[in-house]
Amino acid sequence: MAAMTSPAPSDTAPRTTGAASGDRPTARPRGRRRRPAVWRGAVLVLAGAYFLVPLLASFVFTVHVPGQGITFEAYTELLSADGFTESLLLSLGLAAATIVLSLLLAVPALIGVRLGSPRLRPVVEIMCMLPLVVPPIALVTGITTVLRWGPEHLSRTPLYQTFLAVQNENFPFVLVLAYTVLALPFVYRSLDAGLRAVDVPTLVEAARSCGASWPYVVLRVLLPNLRASIAGAAFLTLALVLGEFTIASLLGFRPFAVWIVSISGAQARMSVAVSVLSLLITWLLLLALSRAGTAPSTAAAAPATTSRKET
Amino acid sequence: MPTTLSRAADGTSRRRRGPRTWLAALPLLAFTGLCFGIPLGAIAFGAVTRTDPATGATQLTGEHLARSLQGPYLGSLLGSVQLSALTALIGSVLGVLIAQAVVTSRSGALRSAALTASGVLANFGGVPLAFAFIATVGISGVVTQLADLTSLGWSLYSFTGLAVVYLYFLIPLMVLVIAPALEGLRPQWREAAQNSGATGWQFWRHVGLPVLAPSLLGGFVLLFGTAFAAHATAAALVGGSVPLVTLKIADALSGNVLTGQENVALALGLDMILIAGLVMAVYLPLQRRSARWLR
Repeated sequence: MAAMTSPAPSDTAPRTTGAASGDRPTARPRGRRRRPAVWRGAVLVLAGAYFLVPLLASFVFTVHVPGQGITFEAYTELLSADGFTESLLLSLGLAAATIVLSLLLAVPALIGVRLGSPRLRPVVEIMCMLPLVVPPIALVTGITTVLRWGPEHLSRTPLYQTFLAVQNENFPFVLVLAYTVLALPFVYRSLDAGLRAVDVPTLVEAARSCGASWPYVVLRVLLPNLRASIAGAAFLTLALVLGEFTIASLLGFRPFAVWIVSISGAQARMSVAVSVLSLLITWLLLLALSRAGTAPSTAAAAPATTSRKET
Repeated sequence: MPTTLSRAADGTSRRRRGPRTWLAALPLLAFTGLCFGIPLGAIAFGAVTRTDPATGATQLTGEHLARSLQGPYLGSLLGSVQLSALTALIGSVLGVLIAQAVVTSRSGALRSAALTASGVLANFGGVPLAFAFIATVGISGVVTQLADLTSLGWSLYSFTGLAVVYLYFLIPLMVLVIAPALEGLRPQWREAAQNSGATGWQFWRHVGLPVLAPSLLGGFVLLFGTAFAAHATAAALVGGSVPLVTLKIADALSGNVLTGQENVALALGLDMILIAGLVMAVYLPLQRRSARWLR
């Protein structure tokens, strides 16, 4: 069903090149075919080594203590480690709130723009894509400045309470707002790709002329068609929030990534163990995402990296 | 016949539904205006004004921007630009090599596996990446101990070390960006060139590279922007021994705040946004150009 409702992922592109390069009517088939095989193998082996060695070495580092042998303490002691569960739960809560908020904002906007306001489309696209241009660290400088206005200028107004509320240690809503801004480009791309594969006006016309109410149209006709791209957007956002460090640490909160750094001094082995684990979890998420066939077109999703992982 | 009907229906309903659909986009626009626009405005405003703490009077000034382009701040900007340019260049070259090796291989499984892995690795950076490398080639890292790298003068906590770490997510990014373009090099072109008596070098020089140029440049620019905005990896790894603008901003924000420090941080943020905006302004047209070949 996903294949019906989502664009074909880029990695299942038609294999013309592979098929055609095999039966190339060249004048000198032999010399031509053997040399590339050698360099190709060399390149792939070297690349594989570069990308696999850090992962394997990290794992060895966590289980092998020089002079003591193999121990899995770094993993078994995780759950009882000070702050592990709190920070992980905080990150998951922030991720859930970010996913809900960004979808609530983006889904109606995109459907609305498809239905009746084509002139708004570039405006919405630019608004969603702009956060890619602003590095997270620069965004933080702006956010801290705005937050400082609270005590400075607004201490006598009701707004001040809001400022305090969004900075609550237990659930800093200000992070949800910032992360939603960071996530919008990916959410937009994912949903846009999904909507492109669906003829929204026709579907709506059909449902409406059958007498369906508007909420029914959105919930029972449009959303099922967008299931895959909504899942994709949610996965990307989850990965983004779980790995986010810059904004949280500079605003003084302690979600998961910040916690990893904070224990690295005292418990180096455990910080590496957590890194390996969080890496595997993120990978599984993204693999599930690309399996679902909603991996947003790669070049488009590329700037993701910075904000996703590099925040 | 049905088409005309539906089109008529479409037209009338469009007109009737116009205002309501417009309202659906309103929350999104309002949100970005508030949560993105106001901080941006604060950056721009704080970067070019000075507020006298005694009187509360605000005046325009260029001093913050000027200070952000002097001394250690300028050094950090240049350091970031150098590191980003170097890693983007190396990452582009290696990424193209790997992508070409993957794309021309006849095994479909390898191809889809490599592209999926790239998609995952390109999204992997930040804190976990830094610790994975510390465990591997840090001072007491596994590979460092095995190969005795320290005696060879290797240090992870340096410009070179940071570049090696950055390549870990930049190379897969390039593979992702360039693979579709390499797939788009039609075998017929190669055959036509060979039938006309062109050597492999001539084919690349006159056909392959000109077609790939926009994608290559676009990829390079994208890698540059990614490396330039990176902060978490560097923060977890070197903490400040390498002058990078992202680390300088973080210091100015969280460190012992001297008067005017925050404004310099804002000015540096503005510098970064300008550079990143320039990067995007170069990247998007290039991406559009390269998309023409990828039908």
